Amino acid sequence: MSDVTNEVPVKLTKRPLVTESAVGTAPPDPARGGEPIKITIDGRQVEAQPGQWIIDAADDAGVYIPRFCYHPRMKPVGMCRMCLVEVEGPRGPTLMPACYNTVSDGMVVHTKSEKATKAQEGVLEFLLVNHPLDCPVCDKGGECPLQDQTLAYGPGESRFVEEKRHWEKPMPISDLVYLDRERCIQCGRCVRFADEVAGDPLIDFAERGDKTEVAIFPDQPYASYFSGNVVQICPVGALTAKPYRFKARPWDLQQVESTCTNCAVGCRTAVQASQDEVTRLIGVDSDPVNWGWLCDKGRFSFPTKTSDDRLSVPLIRDGDELVEASWGQALSRAAAGLAAAKQSGGGSSIGVIGGARLPNEDAYVWSKMARMVLGTDSIDAQIGDGVPAATLLGLPRATIDQAASAPLVITVGPDIKDELPVLYIRLRHAVREQGLQIVELTSARTGLSKYAAETALYRPGELASLAAAVTAPGSVTGEVAGVPLATIEAIRAHVERSGQRNSPGAPSIVVILGRPSLAESEDQVAAAARILAGLPGVAFLSGLRRSNVNGALDFGLSPGVLPGRVALDEGRAWYEYHWGAPLPEGRGLDTAGILDAAARGRIGALVLLGADPMADFPDSHVALKGLSGSRFTVAIDTHLNESVRRADVVLPAAAWAERRGTFTNIEGRITWLSQLVVEHGVSWPDWMIAAELSARLGVNLAFTRLEDIWQEIERVSPLHHGVPYDVFAGIRSRDGVVVPAAPDQVSRPQLPRPLDPMADPGIASAELHKVAPTALIVTTPDYAPEAGSVDPAVHVSYPEPPESGATGEEVPDVPAFLGLPPVPVPGEAATASDGLRLVSRRTLWDAGTHVRSASSLTALAPEAEVRVHPTVLAELGAADGEKVAVRSTRGTLTLPARGDATVPAGVAVLPWNVPGGRAGDLIDSTATVTTVTLETPGGDA
Amino acid sequence: MPATWKAPETMPVTDAPKIVTRRLTRDRSWTLESYLADGGYEGLRRALTMTPQAIHDSVNTANILGRGGAGFEAGRKWGMLRQASPVYLTINGDESEPATFKDHALIEGDPHQLIEGAAICAYVIGAAQVFIFVRGEFPLAIERLQAALNEAYAHGAVGDRIFGSDFSVDVVVHPGAGAYICGEETALLESLEGKRGYPRIKPPFFPAVMGLYGAPTIVNNVETVSNLPWVVLNGGDDFAALGDGRSKGTKLLALAGHVKRPGNYELEWAKVTFRDLIFDPRLGGGIRDDNNLKAIIPGGVSSPWIGPEHLDVSLSNEAIAGIGSMAGSGSVIPMDHTTCMVRAAWRIVRFFHRESCGQCTPCREGGGWLEKVLERIEAGRGREADLDLLMDICDNISPGVTWPPAQTTICVLGPSMPPSVAAGMKMFKDEYLAHIRDGRCPFPPDRLPRRLARV
Repeated sequence: MSDVTNEVPVKLTKRPLVTESAVGTAPPDPARGGEPIKITIDGRQVEAQPGQWIIDAADDAGVYIPRFCYHPRMKPVGMCRMCLVEVEGPRGPTLMPACYNTVSDGMVVHTKSEKATKAQEGVLEFLLVNHPLDCPVCDKGGECPLQDQTLAYGPGESRFVEEKRHWEKPMPISDLVYLDRERCIQCGRCVRFADEVAGDPLIDFAERGDKTEVAIFPDQPYASYFSGNVVQICPVGALTAKPYRFKARPWDLQQVESTCTNCAVGCRTAVQASQDEVTRLIGVDSDPVNWGWLCDKGRFSFPTKTSDDRLSVPLIRDGDELVEASWGQALSRAAAGLAAAKQSGGGSSIGVIGGARLPNEDAYVWSKMARMVLGTDSIDAQIGDGVPAATLLGLPRATIDQAASAPLVITVGPDIKDELPVLYIRLRHAVREQGLQIVELTSARTGLSKYAAETALYRPGELASLAAAVTAPGSVTGEVAGVPLATIEAIRAHVERSGQRNSPGAPSIVVILGRPSLAESEDQVAAAARILAGLPGVAFLSGLRRSNVNGALDFGLSPGVLPGRVALDEGRAWYEYHWGAPLPEGRGLDTAGILDAAARGRIGALVLLGADPMADFPDSHVALKGLSGSRFTVAIDTHLNESVRRADVVLPAAAWAERRGTFTNIEGRITWLSQLVVEHGVSWPDWMIAAELSARLGVNLAFTRLEDIWQEIERVSPLHHGVPYDVFAGIRSRDGVVVPAAPDQVSRPQLPRPLDPMADPGIASAELHKVAPTALIVTTPDYAPEAGSVDPAVHVSYPEPPESGATGEEVPDVPAFLGLPPVPVPGEAATASDGLRLVSRRTLWDAGTHVRSASSLTALAPEAEVRVHPTVLAELGAADGEKVAVRSTRGTLTLPARGDATVPAGVAVLPWNVPGGRAGDLIDSTATVTTVTLETPGGDA
Repeated sequence: MPATWKAPETMPVTDAPKIVTRRLTRDRSWTLESYLADGGYEGLRRALTMTPQAIHDSVNTANILGRGGAGFEAGRKWGMLRQASPVYLTINGDESEPATFKDHALIEGDPHQLIEGAAICAYVIGAAQVFIFVRGEFPLAIERLQAALNEAYAHGAVGDRIFGSDFSVDVVVHPGAGAYICGEETALLESLEGKRGYPRIKPPFFPAVMGLYGAPTIVNNVETVSNLPWVVLNGGDDFAALGDGRSKGTKLLALAGHVKRPGNYELEWAKVTFRDLIFDPRLGGGIRDDNNLKAIIPGGVSSPWIGPEHLDVSLSNEAIAGIGSMAGSGSVIPMDHTTCMVRAAWRIVRFFHRESCGQCTPCREGGGWLEKVLERIEAGRGREADLDLLMDICDNISPGVTWPPAQTTICVLGPSMPPSVAAGMKMFKDEYLAHIRDGRCPFPPDRLPRRLARV
């Protein structure tokens, strides 16, 4: 049985022994675990964990040891010497740094003895020797660990009378980050982060003595997706971020703790505002999720909240123009259009596309409203760029921690570094420190390939056959989907090995499931997922990336799926009972189906619920025909985009940080979203728009507060049963709750890891200023439409929803969760054809709203270029970088072509939605895979 | 290229044999031909017939103290090796401190002896790979060592199955890139790994536990391993018969400073006093211009200065430690009465500060501060408060300013600065006060040694 695997040596990704930058050769991790030991800190006996650093043990005991270079999420390097403490040893008391010496049983530590205090004062005086005292003009002033610790541990005044060192200040080290070397105290946090955490060792130390400086390499900026983190962890004002420089003083900032919704990882963040405008985001350390890190898109895209293309008032169509209108006018127009469509074509003639932007509560309300009020099941939060919901929701799920501690992760999906950046950080860490092995099934190398044990580059369109080959031992004798037999056997060996290494109760294989390429049909992904689900001990982590898309799916924003991961027919009785209205007869259409039906004139009304199919649907040809074919379109959005411009009614929605709610990440983890600023213009939260539209359509949803909505969710959604709203309130909400939740998870949620004020300075200062990170979440103004805005003509009645069981009918059984989908016939695999198979994936920086409308990010988006194997260019006779015509059955793009030896010979790679060329113009969404041909611009090659 | 470089003549005061320098006066001593003519590689051939343990025992008997400065027994160091594969041997030839030049002479004058010693050491510890890290500013040494290495490969003394035995070893010469700190063994390893030369934090204290690329590594000084061929051929007992106390064998002393005959002198260890070394006409020949001796830096510029009253102290590790200083790597620098002790301290501190790797705050910032204050005093702009300030800065770099130094830093480069300041302040406080009182340096401008002035 396993004779094949025995012959295949498992190539393991070894933990690198050397780092690439100067600092970072930390001692080997001490052995941890075992019985707690006793140590004495400042005369008090406390318990410590074996292998703990002294500084951590002291933190646990409530004794704070000053620090600069130490950061709880990085390896200790002992550079700043601030944490010197006196430890009694066999040769008498000795000063030693607390950050890289471990506790031992019976150890006696003095943190405030005369000797320790003298050493700490001495180090602080040294640090101030060359530090310019320009605090009044320094962004860090008021939240500066150097200021704070000088006050607490430093000498009263400096005896330094010499000339300080001088440097040009500040100098840009990237498009986003400035470096002021005069303020730098050489703690190396930034250098270590770039290398150790992010894997972009592009900054390092140069020179010696007190001329030591942080530097970039000549002609190579610190271009990293994670550069904002070095600003966050800088303990002085040496590193500043362009979007925040000179914008505010820390003591003027209002702050809430929230979750970033730029992608679906769900990074915890402190959001800060000055004068009712969001000015800064700081990553908050959530142990199960982001460890305090944010990607630059999450951190720096907030200016889009007030950009010029932000919608602030309702708009209605007047001929070729959209003109401003009151909410009353716009809602009436929208309700009338929807009512007309329903009347003429029935509920199934209404389609709702989008919903990933919505918080959970809003997703639930829209899910209910679509089915109960509009009477349609054609509602899809994915824009044809994801994975079929019924597939994903029926699979056993895993958390990020489970993926990181599993022996094996198999990725089927996007370039995680580009689409779920902080998940990339967690996986990279797991590979380097936790022994994780990664196997990638992809058509083009990704940012993670460097850390993968195996990267199987399959021919686009043949994913399902590759999945079958790697799951069935001995079933293949040659290459499959372009992947050599040796690679398939190596992957098999990894699978076998994972089974021997898993710990009980935890998945031994975690598959990260998303869409590998927008030019490849989702059927292939669904089939592959179902096949991989047959692996022993497997669980899945969603790779769906768009904001709250995972919450939207959990709340039924997908055809054939009801809130709580329940199939339409399975949950019909239950929801008809609770909602008091009949549900649509059959399964509705997904986005591709809705657009197709619209193009054929079968859609009477289309609701774009925060969706821009022109930019996001893989096939812009289909999107355009669909949008043009819809007889009436309502767009509910935050920004004006190409699709919204085609709508008949545009309703402005309140954006992130302008409203409260909850968010579901890729794990199914629900966390709290806080409100910090008032809504832009007269925008409303989406659930309120649904409630108002429903009222105008004659149904009172009877929701007046988010709490009402969640109460109903808790009552009716089997997935959220037993999760009361108040678990999301206060400090305990930081790590959220993964649903479905075991009762003890809810009743005794673990307190989150305490924040180190010197590790994440900006957050601490706000706390010092008595604004607790979550203080604002309990007070939110109640939203109510103005009395005059309700149009009596449409307003029919507000029937009360039936009380549970009040009607006397028998309460139906709680519906079961979706199960594993049936093994699908994997569509037709792509067959050999001329031309190159197209691979199109998203990049972090693209032409999307959050990059395009944030001035500091716009320039980061790469110009479109098609990457092919150099031999393809040679055959074509085109030079590297020369413009070529890329032709498909859908259209032609003229783009620079780039030779790239990592791209397989039969493949062309074109980033999705970047300036200079829209891949959607080439992609045929009805094909298993889109093929293109390259021609020199002359045309007749 | 000065092809006619001639090693300074060496002569023992006692009748002990010269162990590491006896070939330096031979014609073209750096060639294989010359080396073989003087019994070259016989030690290695003998070693290959012995068990590694037998050689190790012999080295233990010889009690070879590390010649790089710390004086740790070589045999004991090898014994700490964590048995694992691979094991690396690294030879530290990054001799960069002012007024040290003994390894320089050994590499340039007798590179084959170094290669033979390295091969023997590799055989004992089971290393298949040797790196010889040579200071980048020794171009001739690097050239000759590389040429010798090529000869040794051709001769079968290194490489595959050396001299027909089952033992194979590869040797690589790695030029340093100009940082003094890379002489610190863990910084040297970082540099070998291709990184900035940062000393590693301790624990782990010894590369023998975790060294190059995380593997167990022995780092030995050039002079230390150069002793091995002799020890193998003559036995550990013969070696241990020389010297006294813990300081066995001979020691190559680099005599610099204000003497008439500066140079390298290989002497029986612990049998010679400072007076012998400085004033013996066959050795130092006395102070230049017959000036008065003012102070001696006994073991490299990081060691505390001693006064002329200690002239009769033996040049052994223990004896020098007994008077509160150290023998270090064997660099002795007498200073005559024309020397400004403020300037001397300033130049020493300046050297260390400018070579500070910049990791630890006390060394990086404290060193710069010391340099600036000393420069100001020397320039006549000192204040009396500066004297306490200097001592307190020293105290913050090396708590207590004791000897051996306590440290607040990762390596001992930082604590190398206070001794010269503290010693000067203790022995010559009136000189400091004179600078401050008069607003100028009371000594004539610094004189460069004539030899250097010609260059």
